[in-house]
This record gives sequence, structure tokens and C-alpha cells, in this order.
Amino acid sequence: MTINELERIASQVRRDIIRMVHGCQSGHPGGSLGATDVVTALYFDQMQIDPANFRMDGNGEDMFFLSNGHISPMLYSILARRGYFPVSELATFRQLGTRLQGHPTTVEGLPGVRIASGSLGQGLSVAIGAAQAKKLNGDPHLVYVLMGDGEQEEGQIWEAAMYAPAKGVDNLIAIVDYNKKQIDGSTDDVLSLGDLRAKYEAFGWYVLEMSGNNMQAIVNILRLARENAHQHRPQLILAHTEMGMGVDFMMGTHKWHGSAPNDEQAARALAQLKETLGDY
Amino acid sequence: MDFTIQNQKDTRSGFGEGLLEVGRRNPKVVAYCADLTGSLKMGDFAKEFPERFFQTGIAEANMIDMAAGMALSGFVPFTGTFAAFATGRVYDQIRQSVAYSNKNVKIAASHAGLTLGEDGATHQILEDIGLMKMLPNMTVIVPCDFNQTKNATLAAAEYDGPVYLRFGRPKVPNFTPEDEPLIIGKAQMLQEGTDVTIFACGHLVWKAIQALPILKEMGINAELINIHTIKPLDVEAVLKSVAKTRCVVTAEEHQRNGGLGDSIAQVLALNTPYPMEMVAVNDMFGQSGKPDELLKTYHLDTPDIVEAVKKVVARKQ
Repeated sequence: MTINELERIASQVRRDIIRMVHGCQSGHPGGSLGATDVVTALYFDQMQIDPANFRMDGNGEDMFFLSNGHISPMLYSILARRGYFPVSELATFRQLGTRLQGHPTTVEGLPGVRIASGSLGQGLSVAIGAAQAKKLNGDPHLVYVLMGDGEQEEGQIWEAAMYAPAKGVDNLIAIVDYNKKQIDGSTDDVLSLGDLRAKYEAFGWYVLEMSGNNMQAIVNILRLARENAHQHRPQLILAHTEMGMGVDFMMGTHKWHGSAPNDEQAARALAQLKETLGDY
Repeated sequence: MDFTIQNQKDTRSGFGEGLLEVGRRNPKVVAYCADLTGSLKMGDFAKEFPERFFQTGIAEANMIDMAAGMALSGFVPFTGTFAAFATGRVYDQIRQSVAYSNKNVKIAASHAGLTLGEDGATHQILEDIGLMKMLPNMTVIVPCDFNQTKNATLAAAEYDGPVYLRFGRPKVPNFTPEDEPLIIGKAQMLQEGTDVTIFACGHLVWKAIQALPILKEMGINAELINIHTIKPLDVEAVLKSVAKTRCVVTAEEHQRNGGLGDSIAQVLALNTPYPMEMVAVNDMFGQSGKPDELLKTYHLDTPDIVEAVKKVVARKQ
């Protein structure tokens, strides 16, 4: 897929995010907007998947896990736009009885979701388990996991970070949505992550960095990571992103981490995001 | 049932033998252990199936979630550590990734309860049954001896869904038939009686068996039922028994709050209230000591069951 096509999809995903969060007056727009480009590139360009025949076991295809489940609007929009379920269902986000729960879950049987996430710090471990299952099955496909940067404060992350290199889990590509913000403020103010690259490298990971809102850069690095796979080391990509990317008044602040725009704000936001694939 | 003691064996060794057997039967069975391979008796499995055994180090949270990820692809993961670390330490991981996500993970938990002994209260978890039974989708099994723990392990491997399997450290009388399959959710009638029903689980089943002849001498004809599956509880068996005996004693190596007695009390209260006494730890932590000393000190021994029966039978009249 061309860079231009990927950017057009990302624009529609951002519209979906604003409309979903506005529609139910709750949810997490900031991180969703920031991570849109990376996950769009994964689902529409990088991953070998079969959305029309979703398999819970993920055998014979790449798998993706969203560890920071609160940016669910981004995931739901991309899954729907990729063909996992009807786009019209995005209108049910966070409504009673919906398959699009506030945080992703398997209970309602939404195609594309394999495990619940929301309580932070768990996705990397889940992804390692899935990656080792692929090795047992002789399945050469890859496992991707997206984590938040604030989520790196969870202790379990570092249990998993120690395990994967020690056990040679080299079919795993972990990505940190490195927007340097969390719900209470900047990560530097809340609990500094220090030199995240050096920390992962010291644990034995092969670390890549990319501009996480530049589609060409994203595609280049994700391709490189695929080429690097199966070489005895897990890989971590630091995706430098901007929380709220694409909506001027949502950028440069942590204030849109977990709050919804009102009617006027939603209109202002949508005016900045081109409708490319048709709104749901 | 014949209560002849076949031998003295630890329930954890029943798990170890069971795990090896399910490993041989089903190539999809894998095992994780958080640096307690010897304590959990998982060494034979690890030796025979090294590619299906994952040593996680002392990192239980990572272990539970890795097992959930592994289960996605059709594997049947067993996780092994002490009950204290298999539940309280990883409750959030079990809740979100195993129970809520309904993954086919088997949480094997050894050294449960006071009979862990000398290590003391940090390790003697008495709240784990309650923690696990509160989780939707979770099955909770507490077998009573070596043979039953082995058979429970076989049953857990066959069952599709999350299972918490609780067993212990000390060598105890092994008396259940080696070849009797454990049927999940089906209470085990050990002795029929008419005057009182004793519902017991785990190590306290043998303590209750020892109470039977003492009660008989007192002219009390007790019914004894082994509730090896705390959840789903065999409500039908409970109601059938109490309709006959009209009073109940429960016995378990666990807190009153949240344990077997709590489950039975709920059934009685909602259906047919009868007098009931609970032999359980009453809102306190354990301490170091020998297993038998501890059971005496915390009133979980055969004389305590006898006293509870006398009291409840008197209340009935």
C-alpha cells in the first residue's frame, strides 16, 4: 500500500476516533490519535492477516495485542476499516450491550480481539506467550504488541522485558507509544522513565526508534523490524508520537488523555480531519 | 468407601504425576513454573518435555499472562507456584487475562493453607479459595489426597476453561481409589449417614474421616461428603443430603470468609436454612509450626470437627 493511501486511512481513523468519543462523551482520544499512524501501518501494510476469517488462535498469521487498552477507539476503527466487523458498529462504542466495550474484551466476541486489556502492564507478557506458542507450532509469523509509555511504570513490564531476551523470543516486535504523557501529566513529572532505550538494551532487546507520526518513517522501520526477526533477540520500537496528533488543540497537552470533546470542540476537530473513506 | 490408608503421600506429588501423565496424553499440554519446580514436583515433566516446559524465574505476573497468551493458540498451560503467589500476588492478571478473557489456563497452587508449616503466615495463604471462587468463569478444585490430586490434574487438563487447582505440602494419608476419575462439580459421597452432614475439602477430609468412628460411639450417624469442587458447587448433592440430616458442619483449611463453608451457607440460606457450624480459620493469620501442631492450634483438627458436630446436632434439637 502506498504512503498516501495509508495516510488517507489514518485520517479517516482519526475522524472515527473523534466521533466515537464525542458520541458517548467518554473515552481516550489523545493517545488514540497519537498511535493511529503506527497501528494503521501495521494492519494495512505490514501484518499478514485474514480479517474475513478471524481466528482466535492466530495460527498461520501475524498477531497484534493492544496492551494499553484505553486507546480502544483507535483499535476499533482500524479493525472495522480493515474488515473485521461492520464500520456501522463503531456507533455503538461504550453503549450498553455493545461489542465495543470501553476497553477491549473477548466476552462479546468482537472479531480482532483475542484477550482483554485495560489493566496496564500485561500485554507484553501475553504477547510473549503467544510468540512462544508460534515457535512450538512451527509458525513463522510474528507477534506485535503496542504498549503505552506511562505503562512502562508497571513492574510486570520489566519481568517480561527480562524474560523475552533471556529465552530468545525473537518473533516478537514490541512497540512503545512514546508520547511522553500520561493521565496526570508528562511522564517526566509523574515518574521519569529515564533512558528507556538504554534500559531495554541493557535487558537484551534490539531497539529501534522512529517518528511515530510519519508514515514513511513508520513503514521503513516496521519493514526493517520484520527483516530483523528470528535472529535470537526480541525487538522493541520506540515510536515517538504526539498525543492528540491531527487535532491542533489536542496536541501538546495531556488534557485530552481521557476526556471527550463537546459539540463545538468535536466540530473544530473534525474540520481538521479529512473524510477519506466515508464516515460510519 | 474403604478408608484404608494405601500410603502416606503429599498431594503435590499427585499433581506432579498427573502433570507428567497429561503431558504424555496430550502434546498441547505445556507447563510454566516460577522457580519452584522441585516444590511443585514438576521436574519429571520438565525433564521429559523440555520444549514444553517454561522456567519463568521469580516472576509470577509475567507467568500468568504468558500462559494466557500461550492458551490462545490451543495449548493447555499449567502454571506452578505456591498458592500464596498463585492467587493474591497475581489476582489482577488472573482476573483480566484468564477469567474475564476465559482462557484455558490451569493454575496449579501448592503449599496452600496452614499445613505449609514452618515457613509461616507469609506463605500460608488462607484466602485463596475465596479469591478464586469470586471470579466468573473460574473453576475451583481442592482435592483431598495424592490419588485425588492426580485425578484432579487429569480432569483439569480435559476441562476447557480456567481452573484453580489447590493442593498442599505435607505427606498425608492416601486413601481414595487410584482409578476413580474426579468429576468436576460432582461431590464425592464418602459415608452415608442420617444425623448430620459434614462437608469437607482438602486435608480436612481425612480429619473428618477420623471423626466418624468417634461420632458413631456417641450415637451420631454422620454423613461425610467431600466437596473437591468448590465451584461449581454440587448444589443438588448438598440439598439432597441436608434434606435428610437437617444440620451441617463444614471443614476446611481456609478462612471462614470466602471458603467452602461460606459457599455451603449461601446454598442453605437461599434454599433451606438449617443449623450450621464451620471448622475453619476465623479471621486471623497463621504462624510457624509443624503442620499437625498448627491444625490443633487453629482448631482444624478431628476433635474440633467432633465438637462442631455435637454443637450443631444440639442446635437442631
